[in-house]
Amino acid sequence: MMKKPMEEYLNPTIVNLPPSGIRRFFDLVANTKGVISLGVGEPDFITPWHIREACFYALERGYTMYTSNFGTPELRKEIAKYAAKRYHVEYEPLSEILITVGASEAVDLAMRAMLRPGEEVLVPEPSYVSYAPTVTMAGGVPVGVPTYVKDDFQLTVEALEQKVTGNTKMLVLCYPNNPTGAIMTRPELEAIAQFAEKHDLLVLADEIYAELTYEGSHVSFPSIAGMKDRTILINGFSKSHAMTGWRVGYVCGNKEFVAQMTKIHQYTMLCAPIMGQMAALEALRNGEAEKERMVDQYDQRRRFVVGRFNEMGLTCFNPRGAFYAFPSISVTGLSSDAFCEKLLAEEKVAVVPGTAFGQSGEGFIRVSYASSLANLTAAMDKMEAFVKRCQKRQAS
Amino acid sequence: MGAIDKKKLLDILQDDCRISHEQIALMLGQDVETVKSAIKEMEDERIILKYPALINPEKLGDDTVTAMIDVKVVPQRDVGFDQVAERIYRYPEVRSVFLMSGGYDLSVVIEGRTMKEVALFVAQKLAVLEHVQSTATHFVLKRYKKDGVIYDEKEEDYRLQVSP
Ligand SMILES: Cc1ncc(COP(=O)(O)O)c(C=O)c1O
Repeated sequence: MMKKPMEEYLNPTIVNLPPSGIRRFFDLVANTKGVISLGVGEPDFITPWHIREACFYALERGYTMYTSNFGTPELRKEIAKYAAKRYHVEYEPLSEILITVGASEAVDLAMRAMLRPGEEVLVPEPSYVSYAPTVTMAGGVPVGVPTYVKDDFQLTVEALEQKVTGNTKMLVLCYPNNPTGAIMTRPELEAIAQFAEKHDLLVLADEIYAELTYEGSHVSFPSIAGMKDRTILINGFSKSHAMTGWRVGYVCGNKEFVAQMTKIHQYTMLCAPIMGQMAALEALRNGEAEKERMVDQYDQRRRFVVGRFNEMGLTCFNPRGAFYAFPSISVTGLSSDAFCEKLLAEEKVAVVPGTAFGQSGEGFIRVSYASSLANLTAAMDKMEAFVKRCQKRQAS
Repeated sequence: MGAIDKKKLLDILQDDCRISHEQIALMLGQDVETVKSAIKEMEDERIILKYPALINPEKLGDDTVTAMIDVKVVPQRDVGFDQVAERIYRYPEVRSVFLMSGGYDLSVVIEGRTMKEVALFVAQKLAVLEHVQSTATHFVLKRYKKDGVIYDEKEEDYRLQVSP
């Protein structure tokens, strides 16, 4: 017989973490039959065959063991080559790169290795859901920095200056952004770099959507003069090569930082799965053509979906990266939550409320176009009918 | 906006030619008139020849037989293989004819109701043509993939319905 109420056995920091805003919606969708879901945050493509085949071959040869804590040297060397060639940042493969269990683990490692109790982290909103909780779990304090549709959801120094304090330690950058699809161009990043320099902040740059940039080209934050030393760069294979289930990502940075992150990784994960690492190596060595094919498809769907939203009156700024559109639903007079629930009930189309990614997502919905063209077409027709109906209801 | 990318336009049509011009225009960031005139132009130039459906004959219960015939030909002065190829491709039974590199010259695809019908066609019409040296007939037993489409694969989506 336990002597105290259950809750007293638990860690209050964890008990008080808000559940993911997506969870409740997930249950709603799971209980509805015949849904077209545009609520999915992963590619609809299956991992290209040559990558899967490379994994079979590795298994046949008996690659089933642990690797170095850092990950295989071949993969780290290939990542260093790729980062230099594609994004003009040089990392020493054997001391400045750590292979992780997805970018997800890398985010957690960075927070735990860098934050002291009570230190603040600036987290742009709306943003991917894991930054604020990982800050909290590491004993830090997440501080939301709103971004606005009038700025195309780009992060501004003005907004940052309002939130920075003497206790601020780190700034998170996630561009191309989940959920908005916003990207940051070089001049805008240079302004952020000056801000980071001025306040002597670390920068966690989650660039997992870098390859999915459709207009202009991705600028990697550490490639900006003076930024490499203060930046922890995170990337992975989940989005660029449709490899979410393989659980491989990586973190690059100053070797002092990487050494500390490696300690945590070594005691908690030991290493990233070897099959995933073998597959990722193949993706980097021979995956360019297949990746381009997927990027082309996303780009066409992106134009189609954004065009349809603007036609139906859900004004949508031009998302230049990732695979999400983030239209405003203000014409319907509904809150994000109500819009998504009604759309699901009436039309069986699932999209995610903008508020799942922070309060500044109110009035918007996240629509993933990582879905077949046939699905997207059907879903757009249904949404158009729904919006018309909402407007009629509002008028009467 | 820039000039229309004909390769991308053709890729879209080859994947699904029923997509509306309006949708194609959005996908390529062009206006509808540009898309329409590019398609019209390619039809006129016979770059786009036809808009067929891709079917799975086995599902249909259609037991038409298909054979691929390797034909060796003695090339002729001035016209090479073209004249013999034309003598062959004029037959409606012949679905495709390709000029090949390697061990034989023409690859001919023939459809017929029975194996016997196809074999007789080869014996009576193809093998006896002037300049045809030899033929080898191979019957198709099963189709796995055609024009990029795997016959026996359902498009299942195994992803979670909602994820961050
Ligand atoms: C911005 C962002 N970072 C990280 C991740 C997690 O990626 P991984 O699969 O590499 O853990 C996601 C996944 O949705 C994401 O959207």
